[in-house]
Amino acid sequence: MIELDDITRQIIWNRLLAIVEEQAQTLMRTAFNPIVRESGDLSAGIFDIKGRMIAQAVTGTPGHVNTMAESVSHFLDHYHLEDMHPQDIYVTNDPWQAAGHLNDFMLVRPCFHRQQLIGFTSCTSHLADIGGLGYGPDASDVLDEGLYVPIIKLLDAGELNQTFMAILKANSRVPIEVEGDIYALIACAECGSKRLSECLEDFDLFDIGDLSEYIIETSRRGCEQKIRELPEGIYRNSMRVDGYDTPVDLVAGLTIAEGCIEIDFSGSSGLSPYGINCPLNYASAYTCFALKCSVAPEVPNNHGALMQWRVNAPQDSILNAQHPAPVAMRHVIGQLLPDVVFGCLHQVIPEVVPAEGTCCLWDLPLRGGYSTGAGNTRFASELVHNGGTGARPGSDGLSATAYPSGVLGSLVEITESVAPLIVWRREYRPDSAGAGKFRGGLGQVIELSNSENADMSLFASLDRIHHPARGRQGGKDGAVGVLELSSGERLRAKGEQIIPGGEQLTVLTPGGAGYGKPMERDADLIEQDLRDGLTSNEYAKAHYGVAFKSDDSIDREASGDHGLSHTGAADHD
Amino acid sequence: MDRLAQGVNSIRLAADVGGTFTDVVLDTGETYFTSKIATTIDTPETAILEGMQIVLQKARIKPSQVTGFIHGTTLATNALIERKGARTALITTEGFRDSIEIAYESRYDQYDLALQKPEPLVPRYLRYSVFERVDVRGRILRPLDTASVSQLVTELQQNEIEAVAIGLLHSYANPEHEQVIADMLRAAGIEAEISLSSEVCPEVREYERFMTTVCNAYVQPLMASYLTALRDALVAQGITCPLLLMTSGGGITTLDAAIRFPIRLVESGPSGGAVLASCIARQLCEPKVLSYDMGGTTAKICLIDDYQPQNARNFEIARSARFHKGSGMPVRIPVVEMIEIGAGGGSIAHVDDLGRLTIGPESTGSTPGPCCYQKGGIRATVTDADLLLGKIDPNTFAEGRMPLDSSLAATALTQDIATAMGVDLIQAAAGVAGMVEENMANAARIHSVEHGANLSEYTMIAFGGAGPLHALQLAQKLNIGRIIVPQNSSVGSAVGFLWAPIAYEIVRSCYMTTQRFDAESANRLLADLYAEAFKVVCKDAGQSNVKVKRSAYMRYVGQGHEIEVPLPEGELSAEDSSAIQSTYEFHYQRLFGRTIPKRDIEFLSWSVEVSGPQQISEETLVAPETQPAHATTLRNAYCTELKAMIDYPVYERDKLVPGNCLSGPALVLEAQTTTYIPSIYNMYIDNWLNLVLYRRST
Repeated sequence: MIELDDITRQIIWNRLLAIVEEQAQTLMRTAFNPIVRESGDLSAGIFDIKGRMIAQAVTGTPGHVNTMAESVSHFLDHYHLEDMHPQDIYVTNDPWQAAGHLNDFMLVRPCFHRQQLIGFTSCTSHLADIGGLGYGPDASDVLDEGLYVPIIKLLDAGELNQTFMAILKANSRVPIEVEGDIYALIACAECGSKRLSECLEDFDLFDIGDLSEYIIETSRRGCEQKIRELPEGIYRNSMRVDGYDTPVDLVAGLTIAEGCIEIDFSGSSGLSPYGINCPLNYASAYTCFALKCSVAPEVPNNHGALMQWRVNAPQDSILNAQHPAPVAMRHVIGQLLPDVVFGCLHQVIPEVVPAEGTCCLWDLPLRGGYSTGAGNTRFASELVHNGGTGARPGSDGLSATAYPSGVLGSLVEITESVAPLIVWRREYRPDSAGAGKFRGGLGQVIELSNSENADMSLFASLDRIHHPARGRQGGKDGAVGVLELSSGERLRAKGEQIIPGGEQLTVLTPGGAGYGKPMERDADLIEQDLRDGLTSNEYAKAHYGVAFKSDDSIDREASGDHGLSHTGAADHD
Repeated sequence: MDRLAQGVNSIRLAADVGGTFTDVVLDTGETYFTSKIATTIDTPETAILEGMQIVLQKARIKPSQVTGFIHGTTLATNALIERKGARTALITTEGFRDSIEIAYESRYDQYDLALQKPEPLVPRYLRYSVFERVDVRGRILRPLDTASVSQLVTELQQNEIEAVAIGLLHSYANPEHEQVIADMLRAAGIEAEISLSSEVCPEVREYERFMTTVCNAYVQPLMASYLTALRDALVAQGITCPLLLMTSGGGITTLDAAIRFPIRLVESGPSGGAVLASCIARQLCEPKVLSYDMGGTTAKICLIDDYQPQNARNFEIARSARFHKGSGMPVRIPVVEMIEIGAGGGSIAHVDDLGRLTIGPESTGSTPGPCCYQKGGIRATVTDADLLLGKIDPNTFAEGRMPLDSSLAATALTQDIATAMGVDLIQAAAGVAGMVEENMANAARIHSVEHGANLSEYTMIAFGGAGPLHALQLAQKLNIGRIIVPQNSSVGSAVGFLWAPIAYEIVRSCYMTTQRFDAESANRLLADLYAEAFKVVCKDAGQSNVKVKRSAYMRYVGQGHEIEVPLPEGELSAEDSSAIQSTYEFHYQRLFGRTIPKRDIEFLSWSVEVSGPQQISEETLVAPETQPAHATTLRNAYCTELKAMIDYPVYERDKLVPGNCLSGPALVLEAQTTTYIPSIYNMYIDNWLNLVLYRRST
């Protein structure tokens, strides 16, 4: 193994990060599923010969952060290094080995350089439909949830496995699209390994052994250093959320000791009979994401960066589901975990972590035309939308913004061009933000209907309809979310439900919670929200104690002590 | 306008107003005269007139003799970055007043818990909505409620609105409601400038279309009054020829079109640089060129195939935090496709918490500038590293007007880099140069891959103040064997303006697929686009003998990313569908490796560009007789291969004549920059006084 100097290692490290970004770009540009190509639900990474991840693209899906990091080792259990061919590509969608549910397909491709196997590239993306009950939480086990592909060869020495492609297409409601998405994944994996070999050629290296050790150790040490700056101890938090039909408790004990952070989810709810369970790899992913954001945001994602975090959950709890538990909508629970982690860390670094927010995506998978008879357009479409994020210790939360997910929301003109839908409204939801010195982000109002007045199904997997995001330091809770038909009927947060033709669906996404006491809020900020119609006069009166003159203008003198310092403000609430 | 047609009587001026400097170039038909003076921010025309006087006096030419004036400016870009545009209102469809703020519901940085999104150009209380709705095919679902429009008139007046953007859903498919609103507002006496999304950017995707329209409206009053004032000032000076404007798309356009669509003037400086490179490419018969322009704050890299810069339709203005993708405002206009990275002479180097050396994207700009400028800068920059590596002569920098202080550079690099990394000063400086070159190389690689380009077949054309300092190392990383450093490279963009064709491109969405190819609709649309572009280029700007480029933006049905596919000439017929499909598959395979069998392909948008002839003489290249050049002195500079400081022979560029040749290692000094030549390169001077460098075969 050639020893490189640090500056050269860092230069090549930057090159690896550029390669994974290029892989991600290739996948987005060639993908068919809108949630991949428009929203960025994908990941791409480079691994060393031991299966350790040394670089990962920054994409829309923290859920893939360490599901991907762990996954290549499963492939190495399956295929021996000496049997691998430079043109092989392996595939699986096993939720416990890939990314937590069957829709996520992961490819691994061996990389050769100068006839030697030197590492792997890997990529994951979300296929729109792989049969079963469809993309929803109603399956009773994972086999109900669609086609289950164990680790197999997708390309055998360059030959595409046509048998597999035929089976995949025959098992999907959108065969054309899933076929195209497999091609996109192949393009992504191939471009990565080609670039990696070129990179080694440019630097005249035989392998990435030295580099890999350097990246992993530098990143690990970087994390350890950050953790050692925090006071050691055990910090606990729990959060109750909607669940499917009964509330779910997410309970965490966070231990900071000896340069490591360990999170134990003992005490959390048991397995759900519905597909909202998380395999542990997926629960870990969102837990580590929250730790990274708050403790070590600058350290790049790789095996080393993940070594100092440890995540445990009792077997057969909702955060450590075992095969064959249903897991299709594992993200609705997984995405709430950062708020649980922040509740622990608030006791350690209150100046960093936000109040609770919407967390889970408010995505609306809609399907129609399959059973409504002739003349109606068949479609399966997923609209991606979000509520507000929690207020930060120094600023308001972000309105209608994804967190922790990083996927992009859907544009109305694109939604309407791919499905028989009309979106009548998509704008901020006034008064939905939790009040506070810093308020939460606002949710949004979305109104839509079928343009052919046909029935359609909503496969809901939403949360925070009964349990709002909670404020910190005197900040108020955010508004809960609402799903309502124009008939006045309320829909449930989870499960398949029919929107009858001619009815309009109104979606009110939740607001983020506030941080600090409302009476400490800067008067100019309150006035700005009133001017912009984001806060109603009634709400300002009730939550901020704002007094109005007879012409509805603000009576500043009668409005209390807004804008004063923490200590000076009266404790009104 | 064509130099060949007008012969020596063509005398033209170009003015490039940048954030720091205003460059003016006079082309007398025989030679160039240049000036570079500080930009006068508040009245940019002052510096233009001053620079113009200088070059006219040098050349002894009277203003009345000038036959053409081409102008490019960052004024529109700066107004957007600094939020100094008009008080703007947006009128949109009821239910969608937050579209420009909600955008993609995303965060541009995944890990930053304290992230702030940019404030919208139009605050919510100035975003109005009207009852109306058009569907995806342009059918009216809800007729326009004219009463709700009438109510807006008083609101607009009370709020002293200076510019109005009208953006309704699906207006690219049916512009009627937008037009009616504009007519009603004008009839009611609204004097504010009005921009319609169906005119500024008739393409699907409401966020980008509305943003482009809002940005256009926001800069319109400012640009209209500035451009009018400039024209009046030029006329007062005796310059009576038409004033033409450089656009972001690499063409030039008329004053009228510029005033209507000022958003098309953003990034005109960099696009001028791309034009310069493409003209040199044509002159030298280089069909594959990578243009590399490195200045004080950023580096711009652009691919030029067959003498045409790549085009794109998206650009992000005013990125806030650390140049993060997604932190700015997207506008959808024809632009020269290039990547701009935070890597320039002023980029700051530091060592992060993990002990990693990072460069930029923060830059010291021109104030305080790099430490060695002695203007108060205290953070190590790329220029400081270049100085310590001996690439820059501290005494002759900026023609000797600005002596540099190496000791300040050494102090900063020792503190910020060498100590933190446990290396010596020269290793630290070499690390900074190596890292900034790697960052640019990575960006160039990604860019080339996105366009299916194999860089080892390319020639690099390098310019900008810092370009020639890093060009050869960058070329080596990209496996590029041939590099050209043109004359007047420090005012390259303004020279590019002189060579740009008069051009106008229009893009419009119209959906169909190859299986259901509707030749009639396509022909009708293309004819409309042609007529519109023809009017700007031929009627308004008086061009004849035009070129037409037609293309379609296509993808497999169900994909999200379109690629540009050139269309066959003439009227399209049903049979052309399969030819277009083959062209698409050819381009797709080049980009992504393999095509997908038996798949329908869709057309999203159509584009027509009409352009006049390029302003360039195409002389035949006669190889000059070679003759070794003579070095004037020796300088101690860093050698990457030996990892040590060695003696480099120094050549003065203005003493070199066609045919002069030399071998690396060498330094070629000129007024604003130095070309740094490692040992594996040879160089000669061609007939146009370009430095031509090529890798020595071993």
